[in-house]
Amino acid sequence: MLWSSFLLALREIRRNLLRSFLTILGIVIGVSAVITMVTLGNGATQAVKNQVSSLGSNLLQIRNGQRMMGPPGGGGGGGSPPFSLEDVAAIRNQITGLAAVAPEVSKSATVVSMSNNWSTSVTGSSNDFFIAGSWKLAAGRTFSEAEEKAGQTVCLIGETIRRELFGTQQPVGESLRVNNFSCEIIGILVSKGQASMGRDQDDTVIMPIKAVQRRLTGNQNVSSIQVSVADENDITSVKEQLTNLMRERRRLGDDKDDNFNVQDTRQIAEALSGTTQVMTTLLAAVASVSLLVGGIGIMNIMLVSVTERTREIGIRLAIGALEREVLLQFLIEAVVLASLGGLVGIGLATLASIGLSQVMNVPYTFNVGINLLSFVFSAGIGVLFGYMPAKRAARLDPIDALRHE
Amino acid sequence: MSALIELRGITKIYGQGQASFKALDGVDMTIEQGDFVAIMGPSGSGKSTAMNILGCLDVPSGGEYLFRDVHVEQLSRNERALLRRHYLGFVFQGFNLLARTSAQENVELPLLYRGESTEARHTAAQAALKQVGLEGWGHHTPAELSGGQQQRVAIARALVTNPTILLADEPTGNLDTKTSNEIMALLTDLNENKGITVLMVTHEPDMAEYAKRIIHFVDGNIDSDVRKREIT
Repeated sequence: MLWSSFLLALREIRRNLLRSFLTILGIVIGVSAVITMVTLGNGATQAVKNQVSSLGSNLLQIRNGQRMMGPPGGGGGGGSPPFSLEDVAAIRNQITGLAAVAPEVSKSATVVSMSNNWSTSVTGSSNDFFIAGSWKLAAGRTFSEAEEKAGQTVCLIGETIRRELFGTQQPVGESLRVNNFSCEIIGILVSKGQASMGRDQDDTVIMPIKAVQRRLTGNQNVSSIQVSVADENDITSVKEQLTNLMRERRRLGDDKDDNFNVQDTRQIAEALSGTTQVMTTLLAAVASVSLLVGGIGIMNIMLVSVTERTREIGIRLAIGALEREVLLQFLIEAVVLASLGGLVGIGLATLASIGLSQVMNVPYTFNVGINLLSFVFSAGIGVLFGYMPAKRAARLDPIDALRHE
Repeated sequence: MSALIELRGITKIYGQGQASFKALDGVDMTIEQGDFVAIMGPSGSGKSTAMNILGCLDVPSGGEYLFRDVHVEQLSRNERALLRRHYLGFVFQGFNLLARTSAQENVELPLLYRGESTEARHTAAQAALKQVGLEGWGHHTPAELSGGQQQRVAIARALVTNPTILLADEPTGNLDTKTSNEIMALLTDLNENKGITVLMVTHEPDMAEYAKRIIHFVDGNIDSDVRKREIT
């Protein structure tokens, strides 16, 4: 009985192909919109997480000022004293369980090699920078101790610089002109791709910090310090120790607020992915309204169908169909219609998600949960909105129904 | 043996209060197994109402209706549907076949509700079509068939369940004389050779002549009840 009702429903749908298609269009659009939104939203969240983790694992950043979320690379907060290399040494000596402590100072500069020039950001740091930032070498070497101590003009370049300035040539050992001095390229970094907000992480030149302080910034300041914690479980305690140490070094009394802040990459990741998740939920909620509209469309057509087929219902009742059998027939028809809409919607959403995720540069993953949920939900809409018309069909009086013209 | 059908003081009232209308006014009737009854009467005499009640499509306002000793007037809507499914076959004036559905599938329809297998439905439907002389026409839709052929399909649909009673409401109303006679011959054959009890409403005296018994309705009650031939 169920199977034959199913076949009957399919036949009725085929009979009115155009009408059936228009009926399910609402569901199709609703389902595909919801799935696409959720898939892209999850992709965006994943992308943010990837980018933040590519900044380095177990990473703490100490920045000046009180803002919790500064722009990337943004330095000095108003009024608070800058960090110094002594701060870096103090952290290294007094706090245990650290994998790396890297000072950082950045300055934009124009780099030139032969006839090519490129505007980029030059960062001064130490070898710890590569550990903290999970950078890997594609070629060459990192700084020697002597180079770091003396602040020699040697540098490692990111993939973007290599591509823009050297193309197919091998740059290690070549000299790179930075503003008005030249430095030797000793290594090339493996590409990390785009970071959050479209910043290209590979568009960078790394030099010993003393070289940058002397040649580019002209002072002894350190704009931020990156601390990589050896064990993930220690992050909270290290963060506390860092805060206490810096408060001590800056002689902040108990009544004073911190004039620096220690950020945790995990915190940044959570804040950013939290935002994308809120957006995803919001968009999915808006999209699900169209599912409701689609459901009303199905109810409308099923009511028309019941009126159109009153005589057929009369015949079925006269030859002995039970109320629930007629009810089931129309209910199944509505559910089949709605589920069909769900399936088409899933197909459409998959295509749209794959296409859009490429355009938006976020990873695509087929989310089984949301696809399944959407399918079940659309079938549920079939039941919900198909029930009333089906009930109306089942309640018809056979004598009246047979007389119906 | 008790009668197949027994009506005792059946009344049917439509509407309420001042506007109410008494379609049947205390009808008593007994129908034996194997009879062929023609119900006649002018419009508004209550013959169609009687037919609907006999066919368990409608319930009487008062009185008792015993079908094989079962009180039909006490049955629920679904119980009456089951009664129709298992014991009754219907033939209507307007054929009432499902449009755009093949003759074969139309005939199979009652079996679908009896939960029979695809195989059994096919065989039974083909046998029923053969019985009404439409062997090989199974794949045609009603639109492709003549009126007489459509009525034959309708009779096949009524027959396919081997009903105890065949109820025919003006079965020849939409047909020409020649075809009408063919249909009546078919009904007579079913009654005599298959032992199916036939109840037929008609307003054509020529068609009523085929029956073994003619009941005339006037003003909601039986006016005359004439037996023409004995039940064999």
